[in-house]
Amino acid sequence: MRNLHTDEIIKNIKEMCIEANYKLASDVEERVRGAYERESSALGKQILGQLSENLNIALEDSIPICQDTGMAIIFIKLGQDVHVEGRNLEDAINEGVRQGYEEGYLRKSVVGDPLIRINTKDNTPAIIHYEIVAGEQLEIIVAPKGFGSENMSRVYMLKPSDGTEGVKKAVLETVKLAGPNACPPIVVGVGIGGSFEKSTILSKKALTRNMSQSSPLEHIKKLEDDLLIEINQLGIGPGGFGGKITALGVNIETYPTHIAGLPVAVNICCHVNRHVSRRI
Amino acid sequence: MDQYINTPLTTDKVESLKAGDYVYITGTIYTARDAAHERMYQMMNEGNSIPINLNDNIIYYLGPTPEKEGQVIGSAGPTTSSRMDKYTPLLLDNGLKGMIGKGKRSKEVIASMIKNKAVYFAAVGGAGALLSKKIKASKVIAYDDLGTEAIRELYVENFPVIVVIDSRGNNLYEIVLQSY
Ligand code: SF4
Repeated sequence: MRNLHTDEIIKNIKEMCIEANYKLASDVEERVRGAYERESSALGKQILGQLSENLNIALEDSIPICQDTGMAIIFIKLGQDVHVEGRNLEDAINEGVRQGYEEGYLRKSVVGDPLIRINTKDNTPAIIHYEIVAGEQLEIIVAPKGFGSENMSRVYMLKPSDGTEGVKKAVLETVKLAGPNACPPIVVGVGIGGSFEKSTILSKKALTRNMSQSSPLEHIKKLEDDLLIEINQLGIGPGGFGGKITALGVNIETYPTHIAGLPVAVNICCHVNRHVSRRI
Repeated sequence: MDQYINTPLTTDKVESLKAGDYVYITGTIYTARDAAHERMYQMMNEGNSIPINLNDNIIYYLGPTPEKEGQVIGSAGPTTSSRMDKYTPLLLDNGLKGMIGKGKRSKEVIASMIKNKAVYFAAVGGAGALLSKKIKASKVIAYDDLGTEAIRELYVENFPVIVVIDSRGNNLYEIVLQSY
């Protein structure tokens, strides 16, 4: 049994919210910068050049990469031999978000009631997904998510007979409908299987996976590769102004499902695919 | 074609712009996004005056991050325009000439743009740090209580945008897909 004080958790979440919004993880950054060479449209190249420059300015001048610094999505893996002391864990996580968004000069983009719509002014509450695992450690992923791309995401409850082709159609349709709205080049997170809600969580989780790591499952890796090629044949291009680079990557996560179902969730993320992970 | 224009955006300038042109804007523009649009729309429908003069002006769909000491403004890229579609025809009927945002517009907005001779520009989504450098002055002029959604008056210099929909209704997003 290991004691872990919530002050430690607050401090880490605060730092992670700030870090995520000023600097992309290296795997995402490499894809953004690498896209320039691979694009052939002149306007597309110009846009990709600006995105690289934008990343430089964000770091050098200490300005968030994008003004939509997102809603804080947080994945927690709590080792079952950790004893959390101090405050209640959920409050501590939200306190970390509150401090991070204030001290990091990040935009407060959360409204308290979805219909009354009054800004909570501190970007809380966060959206928190918990998992209890073996061990004595706490693993945290902070993934601030912008809603330009979130709004273009979709869930499909396919029939088992729709199979791989059905999944492809769903993903391509979602990307086409998103078009220029989701700030292409995009990153596509796909969750296949589970239940209605499980598929969506998988799709979000897929976005946090290192972009240079393919799925360990042979048939899913092939699906990721095939989809990336097909998406980049749609012609949407950087900014939606036409070109080869519509997506920087496709990450797919799967889970067992019911004999009668094939849920597919497609979570669209822009090129500002932010995620920071720490183990404490 | 690259074009350099100064505000106010008069009709002759609007008519010189074509879908696909790369344009550098210099002058005063205004920010407004969802909540500010809703308020202006309500006030106009009730016959009241709104805090900005729309005539020959440009609205930028923007909610920036807070500025740090010594900065004019925080990160300042465009938000998705389609959420403003419901309110836009009324603003265009009242003199608005240009909009800067990102993403598609509705048929109603495009029809109103043709009728009123207006232009829709996109700035590069997700380039908020870079775009903030083109903003030389910023002040909140209305709806301060809306925080990031307040109306700001900005002075921009060579602010880079692309004409997506011109005053004849040509639409770059659709044109580029036809070649695929
Ligand atoms: S979709 Fe992404 S890049 Fe575009 S405005 Fe939102 S957070 Fe920024």
